[in-house]
Formats: sequence, structure tokens, C-alpha cells
Amino acid sequence: MIDRSPSSLVNAVSRQLQDVMDPELTFLSVIDMGILRDVRFENGHIVCVITPTYSGCPATEVISKDVLKAARVIDSDAEVEVVLSPAWTTDWISSEAREKMTANGIAPPEGSSHDKAFLTGDGHIIPCPLCKSKETKLISPFGSTPCKASFTCNACFEPFEHFKCF
Amino acid sequence: MHALLRLGDDALVLAQRLGEWCGHAPALEEDIALTNIALDLIGQTQSYLSLAGSLDPVAPKTDDELAFLRSENEFKNLLLVEQSNGHFGDTIARQFLFDKYALLRAEHIAQQTFDLDAAAIAAKAVKEIRYHADHSSKWIIRLGDGTSESHSRIQKSINDLWEFTGEMFAADEVDIAGSIAGLLPDLSALKTQWDVEIDSVLAEATLVRPKDGAMKTGGRTGIHTKELGIMLAEMQILPRTHPGASW
Repeated sequence: MIDRSPSSLVNAVSRQLQDVMDPELTFLSVIDMGILRDVRFENGHIVCVITPTYSGCPATEVISKDVLKAARVIDSDAEVEVVLSPAWTTDWISSEAREKMTANGIAPPEGSSHDKAFLTGDGHIIPCPLCKSKETKLISPFGSTPCKASFTCNACFEPFEHFKCF
Repeated sequence: MHALLRLGDDALVLAQRLGEWCGHAPALEEDIALTNIALDLIGQTQSYLSLAGSLDPVAPKTDDELAFLRSENEFKNLLLVEQSNGHFGDTIARQFLFDKYALLRAEHIAQQTFDLDAAAIAAKAVKEIRYHADHSSKWIIRLGDGTSESHSRIQKSINDLWEFTGEMFAADEVDIAGSIAGLLPDLSALKTQWDVEIDSVLAEATLVRPKDGAMKTGGRTGIHTKELGIMLAEMQILPRTHPGASW
């Protein structure tokens, strides 16, 4: 017999959502990314609250569907709510997630989003995630997805992506 | 609702213009940059138009209905953003003049408490537009302070677009009502800030700020230049020909 009390449903759904991955960063879960903001029990069903990273990021739609699918395994009436405020920030990305990014060849966001200089990378050194050299160069503040900038390493000559501080 | 439509339409029309660069920009990195900026603007459009459409008391509309099923005279965007792409310098000049304005406007909306939904959208938009404004400003400086060829061409781009900048600050009844309510910034104060921002970048770029002459207006009331109709024809043909199509 499955325990249907609100608190155990919230716990079960939260566990289930640990396996929902960001479609563009498949080694990171929506929890690692700080995209899942809350799981609560309301009006007789589970509500999963998510927030988009960038307003136009196409991954948000996929994430929303994936979260709903996973939550409905536990509660068939579960719903997803998308909230814009407070706006998502890279400060919400966990330190484990930052280590996973580096291990996967993506330089994680550095510093705090409250420091405007970090936003554009001006005067800040983004170390190469591959050879760890600090001799790197910004190629473009934009990249393959809205959240990444393009860099190249002057030591190992490899191009790499940097998850922008946002 | 009119104020929100203007915000959504500015973002939508500029996004569509930038999307036209996809596969055509001078370098791969710039192709990616312009389309990334377009994507951010499409996201802002979806938020603003969804909110505007939900406030229609008679017939609530979705963001897609507002984007694809309105005709030219129902669009309330600035004339500046509908101007055709021209060469890369023209596109960057248009972006620079708009980004500096859009950033100041979004910063105000993010902080006001009259409409909290709009504030939430703007708070996200501010972070995105900061990147856009940084990018377009750096290009203005690189082109202006570059070769004599790039200098003269970007100067001409700015000169040619200047007649569309007055409309950003020409307050009508929607702007005044929005400003009194608190949602929109006071446009004359915004102009003072914009002037400082623009002058500082132009000076660094060794470019000359054009003299304010006769300014073109009409976008806010649905009277557009010929560029918009041609753009909308392409943007809207699929949903108008095949209503409800999806893939």
C-alpha cells in the first residue's frame, strides 16, 4: 500500500525528479540546475514549480514536459507551474553541478551574478576546463545554447564553452 | 494592455529581423550571437504577449494569436526595430540604439510594483538585454574606431537610423498613463539617461552623434514604414495558410 499522505507524496515526487535531466546538459538534473524551485501539495495534488533559465530557452518546454511525466508516475493528477519571479540565476547551480560541468568540458559560471563584471567576463579569467590553463580567450559572449559563451584555450588550443554568469 | 503590447511587439519584430541573419552573418560566431539575441527576444515576446492577451476582457488571446493573426496596423512596435537589416553595420547600429533604450526601460519595469507580472518578465529581460547591449556597444566601438572604411560605414548607419530614435521618447497618452500608474518610465527622464549612454559609446568609437532633425513616428499607433508589411507576410504565411498547424 502506497502512503498517499501529502508529505510522503512530496518526498516521493522529489526523489523521482532527481532523475529528470536538463536536455542540453544531460549530466545535470533539474535540481542540480536550480530549475526546480519547489514541490508542494495543493488542492489534493502535487504541484512542481519550475523557472526558465533564459526567457526564450527551448529547453524549458522539454523540461516542463519531463517534470510532469516524472511527477505523474507518483501522482497522476500532478501539475507543473512555471514561475518567472524570482528570476533564475546561476547562483542557484549547486557546487556539485559546477564540478560535473568542468568534468564534462564546460567551464562553470564564476563568481556571483551580483557582480556585473562577471556577466560579460570582462577582466576575469575563465580557466580551461580541459588543461586548466588560465591563458584563455573569449571568442564570443554567445554560444550553442543561450546560457553559454564560446572560449578558446591558448595553451591546449581547444575551443570550449563557458556557462555564463547570469 | 496597450503598454504590454508595445513591449511585446518591439521584441517580436526585432527578433524576426535578427532571425533573418541565420546562416548569413559575416562569421559563425556572429551568426550564433545574432540568433541568440533573437531567441532571448522571442522569449520576452512570449511572456509579454501572453500577459497582454490574457488581459483582453472580451476575447482573451494567446501569444501566438497576437503574433500571427494581427495585421500590420495592429502592431505597435517602434519604427526603428522594423527597419530592414541592411548590411551588418546597419543591423548593429539598429541594435545598439534599441538595446540602450530597452535596457533602461526594462530596469524601470523590473523595479515597479504596479504590475508584478510585468516586473517578473522584465527582471529576466534585464539580465538578457545587458548582454545584448554589451555586444552591440563593443561592435560600435570596434567598427567606429576601426578602419576608415568601417568608420565611415557605421557612421552612415547611425546617421540613417537617427530619424527613428525620436519615437522612442515621444510620449503619447499610453506612455503618460503608464508612467503615472508606475508601470512605464518617464520618457523624458529616460531620454536623458539614454543620451549619456549613447554619447559615451559614440565618443569611444570616435563617431559623431547626428543632429536631432525631423523624427519619424507612427509605429505606436499602427502606422508603419513599408518594411513591416513585407516582413509580416513572410512571418505569418504559415499559420495564416494552415490555421492550427503544428509539428
